[in-house]
Amino acid sequence: MTTPLREERDPGLQPERTRLAWRRTTLSCTVAAVLAAKAALHERDSAAGIVAFAFCCVLWLAFLALAHRRIRILAAAGPAGPSALAPRHATAAALCTVALAVFAVALVF
Amino acid sequence: MIELVRNVRLWFAPQEIRHEGKTPDYRFSLANERTFLAWLRTALALIGGGFAVDQFLPDLRWAWRAGLALALLAAGVLCALRAVNHWIRCERAMRRGEDLPVSRFPAVLSIVVAVVAVAMVVVVLVGWAG
Repeated sequence: MTTPLREERDPGLQPERTRLAWRRTTLSCTVAAVLAAKAALHERDSAAGIVAFAFCCVLWLAFLALAHRRIRILAAAGPAGPSALAPRHATAAALCTVALAVFAVALVF
Repeated sequence: MIELVRNVRLWFAPQEIRHEGKTPDYRFSLANERTFLAWLRTALALIGGGFAVDQFLPDLRWAWRAGLALALLAAGVLCALRAVNHWIRCERAMRRGEDLPVSRFPAVLSIVVAVVAVAMVVVVLVGWAG
């Protein structure tokens, strides 16, 4: 019963779904980053506003790069399946999110 | 607490987790990864909500606005950090062949979101009345 399982379930679908999950998450990150950038440009002090805006762009690009790297690992995987997500990779993605929140707290005050 | 410190160390040490148990079916690892990403999206949505409250409710009194925004942002930060922690716990449990960890976090987060929603309703009603 264990051998036909692999053929019944399309093995290609799992990496595909994971790839789409990364895409969705990048989209969510884009929305949050756009809101952050909008808030940054509303700062009265224009120099600080530009620095904050650049910070948002860097965070967004960092997340984009992380997602892109993971998607490439998923796409390059052989029949044995892609390797599991590295903890450092996951931590980096979460820290990007936390950095956005810390940035938001700084803008509230 | 010691367990938490051990987990935090694992976040940054990718090779260490490979020493434990055996590699599970890659489909389980990918499912765990998608769950992690779903929690990360929840965190991003909460943070986006925090930005939105701060920006799009300028008529609100500062204390209310800052309070609501900070509650949403704090929930977002907790959600993101907890996402990594839960992911690593699940990954390790799968390697060791143990049961997956259970968590109170979803219930706590639901209650926080409900409280924020009720606070928003109160704010809107008070805004109409005043």
